[in-house]
Amino acid sequence: MNETEAVPVPAPAEVEENYLSAGHTVRSWLLTTDHKRIGLLYLFSIIFFFAIAAVAAAIMRLELLTPPGDLVLSATYNKLFTLHGVIMVWFFLIPSIPNVLGNFLIPMMIGARDVAFPKLNLLSWYLFMAGGLLALHAIIVGGVDTGWTFYTPYSSRYSNTHTVEMALGIFLSGFASILTGLNFIITVHEMRAPGLTWFRLPLFIWSHYATSLILVLATPVLAITLLLMMLERIWGLGIFDPRLGGDPVLFQHLFWFYSHPAVYIMILPSMAVVSELIPCFSRKRIFGYKFIAFASMAIAVLGFVVWGHHMFVSGQSVYAGMIFSILSFIVAIPSGIKVFNWTATLHRGSISFETPMLYALGFIGLFSLGGLTGLFLAALAVDVHVTDTYFVVAHFHYIMVGGTVLAFMGGIHFWWPKITGRMYPEKLGQLAALVTFIGFNLTFFPQFVMGYLGMPRRYHAYAPEFQIYHVLSTAGATILGVGYLLPVIYLLWSLRHGKKAGANPWGATGLEWQTPSPPPVHNFAEVPRVTGEPYDYSPQEEEKKAEDDHA
Amino acid sequence: MSTEIVSKKIYFVIWASLMVLLFVTWGVAQFDLGLFNSLAALTIAIIKMLLVILYFMHVRYSSRLTWVFAGAGFLWLMIMITLTLSDYTTRGFVRPYNRVLSNWQDKNWNHLPGDKPMEPRPLP
Amino acid sequence: MPETKRALAEHFETLEQQHQAAWLGMWTFLATEIMFFSGLFMGYIIYRHTYFQSFEIASRHTNIIYGTVNTAILLTSSLTMALGVHAAQEGRNKAVVRYILITILFAAAFMVVKGAEYYEHFKNHEIPGQAFHPIPQAPQAVIFFYLYFAMTGLHAVHVMVGIGVLSVMAWLAARQRFDRVYNTPVELAGLYWHFVDIVWIFLYPLIYLIDRHT
Repeated sequence: MNETEAVPVPAPAEVEENYLSAGHTVRSWLLTTDHKRIGLLYLFSIIFFFAIAAVAAAIMRLELLTPPGDLVLSATYNKLFTLHGVIMVWFFLIPSIPNVLGNFLIPMMIGARDVAFPKLNLLSWYLFMAGGLLALHAIIVGGVDTGWTFYTPYSSRYSNTHTVEMALGIFLSGFASILTGLNFIITVHEMRAPGLTWFRLPLFIWSHYATSLILVLATPVLAITLLLMMLERIWGLGIFDPRLGGDPVLFQHLFWFYSHPAVYIMILPSMAVVSELIPCFSRKRIFGYKFIAFASMAIAVLGFVVWGHHMFVSGQSVYAGMIFSILSFIVAIPSGIKVFNWTATLHRGSISFETPMLYALGFIGLFSLGGLTGLFLAALAVDVHVTDTYFVVAHFHYIMVGGTVLAFMGGIHFWWPKITGRMYPEKLGQLAALVTFIGFNLTFFPQFVMGYLGMPRRYHAYAPEFQIYHVLSTAGATILGVGYLLPVIYLLWSLRHGKKAGANPWGATGLEWQTPSPPPVHNFAEVPRVTGEPYDYSPQEEEKKAEDDHA
Repeated sequence: MSTEIVSKKIYFVIWASLMVLLFVTWGVAQFDLGLFNSLAALTIAIIKMLLVILYFMHVRYSSRLTWVFAGAGFLWLMIMITLTLSDYTTRGFVRPYNRVLSNWQDKNWNHLPGDKPMEPRPLP
Repeated sequence: MPETKRALAEHFETLEQQHQAAWLGMWTFLATEIMFFSGLFMGYIIYRHTYFQSFEIASRHTNIIYGTVNTAILLTSSLTMALGVHAAQEGRNKAVVRYILITILFAAAFMVVKGAEYYEHFKNHEIPGQAFHPIPQAPQAVIFFYLYFAMTGLHAVHVMVGIGVLSVMAWLAARQRFDRVYNTPVELAGLYWHFVDIVWIFLYPLIYLIDRHT
């Protein structure tokens, strides 16, 4: 009796400091080399950039509510869509999942204490911020009107806006991408826990490895392309200038050699997240593990050989167009393999519809739609018809918003308890997921229709017969905005008031769930040993447990 | 792994071969061999590169993984060159059925790129 | 070994693991460097293919003596660099300093020759821009010279970065930082330097040897 009073019960979670409580000064955040903190730094930064680009989108949608250009001038509209494109692509989508969730999770998933080069990881964030702020400055002092693609000779000679500064911002953030990719590749190769062979890795790691391959091999090409563009603008002459015998199409070749694979930088990490969510909430081992793993690698490699499909009407030779068209169809195969495997994982699983799962299911649907309309665009003849229309706009938003953003939200919700140690309100989460899904479809589905009917992209005024689709789209965007705002509110609320989460609130497999939430500074008290395959879920056991609980 | 220490002698041999190759490539360039000039220059450059990579950079004594990492950059460079050339070498092979476009191409494409205008093909 | 202990970062298990990570990391970086130069090489191939004669004529305006001497300098500097790495692997810090200083000297010599060459182009009005004198038989010579300056300029930037990196290595070696077990930084600096050499190995025939026989 007095024994129980004498011995205080030690709270195991509080024995070691977690990564959040390890330091509270600004310095401890800005000079951190902890991959978890860097992940959070990235999280705050990309949400900041997302908000800016979202405001630009909102103004554009408002302008498009009525056929005449009555809210903003055409020149302003040009700057708005450039801003939206540049910020969303380079300062939100590309770093979204890899730099936030990837940074946070990859070392934990493979049982390492940190990434291979923690200082480079921090440098990556600083380069990213330097680039982002430079781009922001370019916007504040007057903006850029070239579109996010910076096609020459408009960007290099004729545009009267701040293209050089903007390109320099992207150039810097490109080096941030390269450092991240390099870090991930080496981390996966060298830092795996004992027993964690390649085929025991979570698919999250496989997908991120494939992403890193693209980051490392494609981004330098963007760097040199933008560098040449900048030199051409500053120096007044160069290899893309038709007046000197240069060929602007060469710029497009080099640009899309990066920018097409960049689409896979955005989608592969989303696939990584979804491959974790689906088995967890189906309580089932993932179907066709090796197929999904190799499909990731195949997408990464094939993604490099299809860039010409962005240039079918640019003056590229028709022969090359045919080659690129065929190659583009081939990329659909590994993407299809993944969708089939996720669906097969659901089959006879013990499915529950928590918030992350809703996002994941939404992802599968929207990604399929986005991917299948991609096949239309890969077909030469159809592409000529819909080039530079809203059909294209809708297609890539289905991939980038319907795919990447939904997976990002799903991932944030799934790992939120791990990141913060708190649960968010489940019902609100489900509501937000639903609102996002509905808002998204209402925004972008009408754009398929009006694009096919001939509504061109990048115009601030349009023919009156398209108004109904634009009104629907703007209405949808409003709902979508609510869907984005809700999580921000309740996730912030949960930081203080959320229910404390245990180490493993979802009953998920994976090394990251075997350490307390929030994780200690060095992730694991001792290096874990891995003896089995990943995704060791069993639906039968789950059902039996549910029946027992019921009885 | 490159912890294996290579004998100094090898470095000198490699350096000597590099210098000989430099002399050869310079010498070959003095004669008019037509297309063979570029071919020889590039072949010798590739041999020189391989010598540097394999011996000076120790790849010959390193793991398979290093070979893959060292090769990846070159492989991707080849992808870029091959597919971009698939455009430039086939421009004008297939002519648009549209007469306006075809005429435009006849007028512009043959003069834009280069010193040797291509013969325009007769319309079908 | 106290040196070795200090060299091991806390997130690695063994020095072997740390070395392997750094080694592969450097190779990954070099792959990105290849792709960084790729845009220029691609441009060169396209315009060499399109403006065949212009390139031949324009290339005769480059100075093959400077080019060849510079190639010899860089190839030799690669040798001294390799010997420096060799010395580091044997833990002879003094020899490391010596070899690296020689390498830096070669690099500086390369830059001097390059500068002289640029000056000659300047005098002959061969720098693209307002003062460029067009070559009548070669209307697209300006593209050749643009590529020439972009490629050699980017390469020269890499040489200067190399001089900086090597200076740091020499300083570290002078402070006895390396030994038989821990010499990764010198090794990686060596890889970088050899890469700079390889870029030049290709620039030399592409720029100087196009059409020398006439």
